[in-house]
Amino acid sequence: MSHEALSISLFVVFVAATLAITVWASRNTKNATDFYAGGRSFSGPQNGLAIGGDYMSAASFLGIAGLIALYGYDGFLYSIGFLVAWLVALLLVAELLRNSGRFTMADVLAFRMSPRPVRTAAGVSTIVVSIFYLLAQMVGAGALVSLLFGFTSDFAKGATIALVGVLMIIYVVFGGMKGTTWVQIVKAVLLMTGAALITLLVLGKFGFNLSSLLNDAAEQSGKGDKFLQPGQRYATEDSGLTGKLDLISLGLALVLGTAGLPHILIRFYTVPTARDARKSVMWGIGLIGVFYLFTLVLGFGAAALVGSEEIRKVNSAGNTAAPQLAERIGEIVFGSAGGTILLAVIAAVAFATILAVVAGLTLASSSSFAHDLYAHVFRRGKATEGDEVRVARISALVIGAVSIVLGIYAQRLNVAFLVALAFAVAASGNLPAILYSLFWKRFNTAGATSAIYGGLGAAIFFVAFSPVVSGDEKALFTDHDWSWFPLSNPGILSIPIGFLCGFLGTVLSKEYNAAKYAEIEVRSLTGAGAEAAVKD
Amino acid sequence: MSVDKNAAGTVYERFQGTAEFQDLRRRFRRFAFPMTAAFLSWYLLYVVLSGWARGFMGTELFGSINIALVFGLLQFVSTFGIAYLYSRHAERRLDPAADKLRAEIVAETAPAARTAEDAR
Repeated sequence: MSHEALSISLFVVFVAATLAITVWASRNTKNATDFYAGGRSFSGPQNGLAIGGDYMSAASFLGIAGLIALYGYDGFLYSIGFLVAWLVALLLVAELLRNSGRFTMADVLAFRMSPRPVRTAAGVSTIVVSIFYLLAQMVGAGALVSLLFGFTSDFAKGATIALVGVLMIIYVVFGGMKGTTWVQIVKAVLLMTGAALITLLVLGKFGFNLSSLLNDAAEQSGKGDKFLQPGQRYATEDSGLTGKLDLISLGLALVLGTAGLPHILIRFYTVPTARDARKSVMWGIGLIGVFYLFTLVLGFGAAALVGSEEIRKVNSAGNTAAPQLAERIGEIVFGSAGGTILLAVIAAVAFATILAVVAGLTLASSSSFAHDLYAHVFRRGKATEGDEVRVARISALVIGAVSIVLGIYAQRLNVAFLVALAFAVAASGNLPAILYSLFWKRFNTAGATSAIYGGLGAAIFFVAFSPVVSGDEKALFTDHDWSWFPLSNPGILSIPIGFLCGFLGTVLSKEYNAAKYAEIEVRSLTGAGAEAAVKD
Repeated sequence: MSVDKNAAGTVYERFQGTAEFQDLRRRFRRFAFPMTAAFLSWYLLYVVLSGWARGFMGTELFGSINIALVFGLLQFVSTFGIAYLYSRHAERRLDPAADKLRAEIVAETAPAARTAEDAR
């Protein structure tokens, strides 16, 4: 049996299992709390797994392993930012958000503000961030299929994007948060198991001696010791000060973006209490941390055993390093059949990974559309729960359909920068608004809308005039050049701008509601009045 | 706890003013804020050194293991450590106070339910 056939069979099994879960979840989704928050009935460890499943995207699995395989140490910088970021979520956001919100990020922001302008701003930001992220994942899925199965035609890529889109729509429309969460849990278990297996085999090959693995990787790379040091990818020697500032800028967006990503924030609503939200982040940190340690071994293992030349031949960005390593280590340890099987397993896991992440993103954006924009802005809070959930399902369908079309259209473009942009927007617009809401007494409506629009606008503005959009050979538009902003990552400017806009908007407006601040402060810290779990 | 029911404002404003709540708030902020400043500085130090101190980061400690790798792994250790310390702090120093305050607020905001319960 070829690896393609085996891989497709495994993937079909995964799809069948997740569709069965979706059918079960749809029978148990009766009201808005079920649809948006899975009835708030998941345990801490379950939600911790789902957090891992939501967060460990194909970008971090295939992308970081590939970066390490080709550029050595610098790929590791990425994973560290992604991990440390969870402390912001744990210490400052998760529990307080669980105690004071209901379904979306905007619930917390609108708590003591004038609801319509704040929900509009938060809804726009949620949808923008989620769609950027979603589009990057969809295009990634199209690229992955051509790499793993040799389907290089645009039709095959487009068909893959459509398939991924249709599945994610089914998960979200029918399964809601319950279905999506279980898909993420299953995916997290598969991904951790697959990555752990390859990691163990690679370490075993080097006699469990990390130093000898690194040594072989450095030798194979042809760059020697430089391969094990920062500077091959980011802030390279010829990029000067611009490169170094770009590195800091990327680092800031990674560490501050996570706690402002809407699809991550809504995960905290799926557990019964703030204590469970804390436990779930603890589990999430453990899983994600261990996973990034695996990717370190996978990346250097691919550099040592596959070699950058072989990897570049298949994909110049290195995205196939992990599957290629799986095949090679399988061959080394178990013979050629072993290589075929491991490659098939990792390829199927990569698809499961993409599906779970896009489902989470679709849910976050459709929830925000229905709960924030439709129910509170258009209908001024007069929509019934049934109406709201119906609109959420329709918007999941529409958002899914739009992203299939955009994904197919964008498949020839380099959209990898969209993930970094999503983090930058989340850090520049959403995070200041959330932190000010939870901790700053004087914060008000003008402050919240200024923070979100200011941070979001600044991040998009700088990226639009950066080398990732025009002027560079790897840019979105290679034929034109209107770039003048030298950095690829806007965070170093847009994050302070977001915080500053929030501050100025607040002090320039006299509005301020002391009673509501007392309520959010007392509720967020004590859990009084927090939304309860639905009893089945 | 003594909450003056005749004081002005909502039940939340009154509880916000109590010594118990102020104490809970102080315990939360005194842990979370300095710790956030600490791990963000520690992380930024790592990113800055990766950009500007290549020679130092490339120093080999044993075999092919250099300072850059150890520094990176220490970021994992500090993240796991801070997460553990926070959860211990929350369980010991925050949860009991939060539970007590919550029970009092619930009792006060839902007097009807309480009376019904007492009558049983």
